[in-house]
Amino acid sequence: MSRQYSAFALARHALQPDLAWERAWASPDPKPSYDVVIIGGGGHGLATAYYLAKNHGVRNVAVIERNYIGSGNVGRNTTLIRSNYMIGGNTAFFEHSMKLWEGLSHDLNFNCMVSQRGQIVLAVNPVQLDTFARRGNVMRLNGIDAELLDRGEVMKLLPYLDYSKEARWPVYGAIMQPRAGTVRHDAVAWGYARAASNLGVDIIENCEVTGFVMDGTKVTGVETSRGRINCGKAGIAVAGHTSHVAKMAGLRLPVESHILQAFVTEPIKPIVHHVVSWGAELFYLSQSDKGGLVFGGHIDGFNTYTQRGQFPRIQTVAECAVSLMPFVSRLRLLRHWGGIQDMTPDGSPFISRTPLKNLYLNGGWCYQGFKATPASGWTYAHTIANDDEHELNRCFSLDRFEKGRELDEFGIGNWTYKQ
Amino acid sequence: MIIPCPWCGDRDHSEFRYGGDATKDRPKHGTGDLKEWHDYYFLFDNPKGPHTEYWQHVLGCRRWFRLSRNIATNEIGGLA
Ligand SMILES: Cc1cc2nc3c(=O)[nH]c(=O)nc-3n(C[C@H](O)[C@H](O)[C@H](O)COP(=O)(O)OP(=O)(O)OC[C@H]3O[C@@H](n4cnc5c(N)ncnc54)[C@H](O)[C@@H]3O)c2cc1C
Ligand SMILES: [Zn+2]
Repeated sequence: MSRQYSAFALARHALQPDLAWERAWASPDPKPSYDVVIIGGGGHGLATAYYLAKNHGVRNVAVIERNYIGSGNVGRNTTLIRSNYMIGGNTAFFEHSMKLWEGLSHDLNFNCMVSQRGQIVLAVNPVQLDTFARRGNVMRLNGIDAELLDRGEVMKLLPYLDYSKEARWPVYGAIMQPRAGTVRHDAVAWGYARAASNLGVDIIENCEVTGFVMDGTKVTGVETSRGRINCGKAGIAVAGHTSHVAKMAGLRLPVESHILQAFVTEPIKPIVHHVVSWGAELFYLSQSDKGGLVFGGHIDGFNTYTQRGQFPRIQTVAECAVSLMPFVSRLRLLRHWGGIQDMTPDGSPFISRTPLKNLYLNGGWCYQGFKATPASGWTYAHTIANDDEHELNRCFSLDRFEKGRELDEFGIGNWTYKQ
Repeated sequence: MIIPCPWCGDRDHSEFRYGGDATKDRPKHGTGDLKEWHDYYFLFDNPKGPHTEYWQHVLGCRRWFRLSRNIATNEIGGLA
């Protein structure tokens, strides 16, 4: 059990430098059996375990992670959170997530550094601004904050963009969600791990799931690199490895694994005070507390499980940065890395039951899984505990393509990312 | 990543368009039920290992071809 963090604890440790901080979460050996085994200790797996214990009183739970906590996409993303979705289903789900973010640091007793600095999405032609107005109206009708900015207002907020006559993509205006922003991503993993562990969840690191033990269509346990672990129910939450793990249970999914890269420049003084996204290309940028500009773009574009990005994508993303913010050309790129995303046909995720009785699926998060973490864990825990979807995640069912219920937020049909 | 085009030889992957899994059999027109088409269109093996896939040399000779590549390592196994 790790103690409550507080200003007093901080003072106590400051006055007694020899006093060691306790481990944030326990590191037990796996028990022979659990009520629920969650496969994958990323943001979604840990949040699910936490809400199983907290909301549903299911505490005999293990989270099984093949690597260390935070090694997956939860520690690799560009940390953006927002709830500016337009399609029925997405709108309510992501707003629920935003509300959970707003109280998360207190709920977990862990400072997740939730920073609601606002996200500004730039329109580069008048038609785009019209579609932003429509999106903003849908958001406001759902009680979500959205503001339409004209060019002059954008110039005041983002004076460093290219407003010259030569700008390849002139700025016509923008849509802003003031409550959007960034969250320190590894704090989210650590915070959920610690809070779940405090409620009795076993977090088992360096333990890879290698197979399922089945009795007909029922899962009775998982085979792992640390031996067999029996379970009443099993939940998959392995992000880019979704196809691989589902295959162990004989499932074939509407998923391809692709790499997305992220980039950080050398640190500079504060200049970008918001999250800035671009309408001309998929490109988004924010400035970290250390001063580095953090940005990303599209996936590389072919299936891969290697976390090694290709050079042409680095070039494209750097070109976007310079086209939008010319001063970036004077900065050096400090680091770049990749994470493996599970891409789905309509760009929307799965939080769902599966054809197997007591096996559940959370995956297919594409570009958008970090902002979803709290609501994903919240609704997935509900789905596992009740063997039924919650109203908020019913739209994310695995069989939606068979039923013709694609959730196509981009409005350009299936396989958005291949077009 | 370098892709071997059967016509132009080794070229950077940015000259190519990726065409996805090349092992799936398209049901014949007018046959198959919705389930068969759904599985053909939406489901993928997406294996963590050897993969046979389509590429098109879209910024070169524009030829389509089948390539084997290990998805776990990006190692190119040659034309398939
Ligand atoms: C570069 C990049 C930038 C992104 N930016 C954003 C953003 O700005 N905003 C946003 O909302 N989303 C973003 N995303 C998406 C988001 O990060 C992911 O959708 C989300 O983190 C996935 O859920 P997770 O945290 O549970 O995944 P992960 O942290 O990847 O967790 C999955 C875990 O499963 C484990 N695992 C896999 N196989 C097994 C096995 N067989 N046995 C046991 N464990 C296993 C893995 O080791 C991993 O730790 C970004 C993604 C990337 C790659
Ligand atoms: Zn060629």
